[in-house]
Amino acid sequence: MTQAPQTRRTLLIAGAGAALAMGASGLLAPLRAQSLAPTPTMRGGDNNYLPGAPVVTRIGGGGFWLTGTVRRAGDGAPVPRARIQVWAHTTEGHERDERSHGAILTDANGAFRIEMPQIIPAFGQAHAHLAYDAAHDSNGFETVFLRPVMRSARETSLSADFVLRRA
Amino acid sequence: MTRLRPLLVWAALAAAMIIPIAIAAGSPLLAWRNAVYIAAGFAGVVALALLLLQPLLSGSYLPGLRLRLGRRLHAWVGGAIVAAVLVHVGALWITSPPDVLDALLFDSATDFSAWGVVAMWAVFATALLAAFRSRIRLILWRLCHVVLAATIVVGSVVHALLIDGTMGLGSKAALCALVLVAAAKVITDLRLLADLRRLAGRRVAR
Repeated sequence: MTQAPQTRRTLLIAGAGAALAMGASGLLAPLRAQSLAPTPTMRGGDNNYLPGAPVVTRIGGGGFWLTGTVRRAGDGAPVPRARIQVWAHTTEGHERDERSHGAILTDANGAFRIEMPQIIPAFGQAHAHLAYDAAHDSNGFETVFLRPVMRSARETSLSADFVLRRA
Repeated sequence: MTRLRPLLVWAALAAAMIIPIAIAAGSPLLAWRNAVYIAAGFAGVVALALLLLQPLLSGSYLPGLRLRLGRRLHAWVGGAIVAAVLVHVGALWITSPPDVLDALLFDSATDFSAWGVVAMWAVFATALLAAFRSRIRLILWRLCHVVLAATIVVGSVVHALLIDGTMGLGSKAALCALVLVAAAKVITDLRLLADLRRLAGRRVAR
C-alpha cells in the first residue's frame, strides 16, 4: 500500500520522459494543437463595454496588474499585436466610467500586461472585463469577452488568457 | 426582571438589526462608490434587516405588542420591504443596467443574482396576495403566504451570503441565521402543516 505512490510517481516520471521525447521529436505538437479549443465568451463579459477605447500605457494611477496571453485556437501560436480592452470597477471609478477603460496590444509572444487601479468588489464580486473585439482589431479572429473573478479582493493582480478562433 | 425582559428583547432585536447596518456603513468599499450605488446596497441591507421583523411580528413574539397591532405592523413592514427591494433593484439598474438586465433574465454571471431575483418576485407576489386577503379562503391564503415567505427568506439569505459587498462577514452571517431561525419558528408555531393535514383529512372523510 505504501509502495503505491512511489510506483505512480515512477510511472509519471516515465510518462513525462516519454512525452518530452515525443515533444522533442515533434510528435506531440499536433496532439497538443488538437486539444487547444477556443475560449468561449463568458456570461456578462461584455457588460459596460466601450467599443474602441483608446490604447493606453496605464489606466489611471495603477498599482494593480492585469496580465494574460492571446493564442490562436488549433496550433496555439501566439497572436502578436492583438488589441485587448480591459475595464473594471476600481478605486478610481465605476465600470461604466470612460476612465476605467483602456486597451493594450500584445507583444511578440502574444502576452499583454497592463497596470490599472486596484480592482474592488462590485456587483458582489471583485472581477475584471476583457475584450477581444473583431471590429477593432485586424488580426481576423472572432470577438471574445472575458469576465475573470479574483479569488480574493485583496489580490493585486489578475490574469486571463484568450484562445481565439479565426473569423 | 419581568419588567426588564421586554426591554431586553427589544434592545436585542434593535441590536440584531442595527449592528449589521452600522458595520456596512463603515465598509471601506463605500469610498469607491457613488451615492446611487451606495443607496442600492443599503436598500438591500435594510430589506434583510426588516426581514427579521416579519416572522417576529406575525408570530406575536415581541413583548408589548397586541396581536392586532403586530399584524398591522407586519403589513407595514411588508410594504417597507417592497419599497426597499424597488430601491435596491432600481438603483442597481442606474449603476449598471446590463448587469441588472442579466440578473432579471436569469442570465447573470453571478449565481447569487438568481436567488435575489426569485426572492424579489416572491416579495411582489406577497404584496399582491396581501391585497386579496379578504377574497381568498384563509387556509389557502395562509398556505400561499407561508410558501412565499419561505421563498423570500431562503432566497434573500443565500443571495446575501454569496455577495462580496459592504456587509461584514460575521454580522451578515449572524443576521441571516436569525432570519432563518425566526422564520422557521413561526412556520412551526403557526401549525400550518397540521391545519393542512386536518383539511386534507376532512376532504377524505367526506
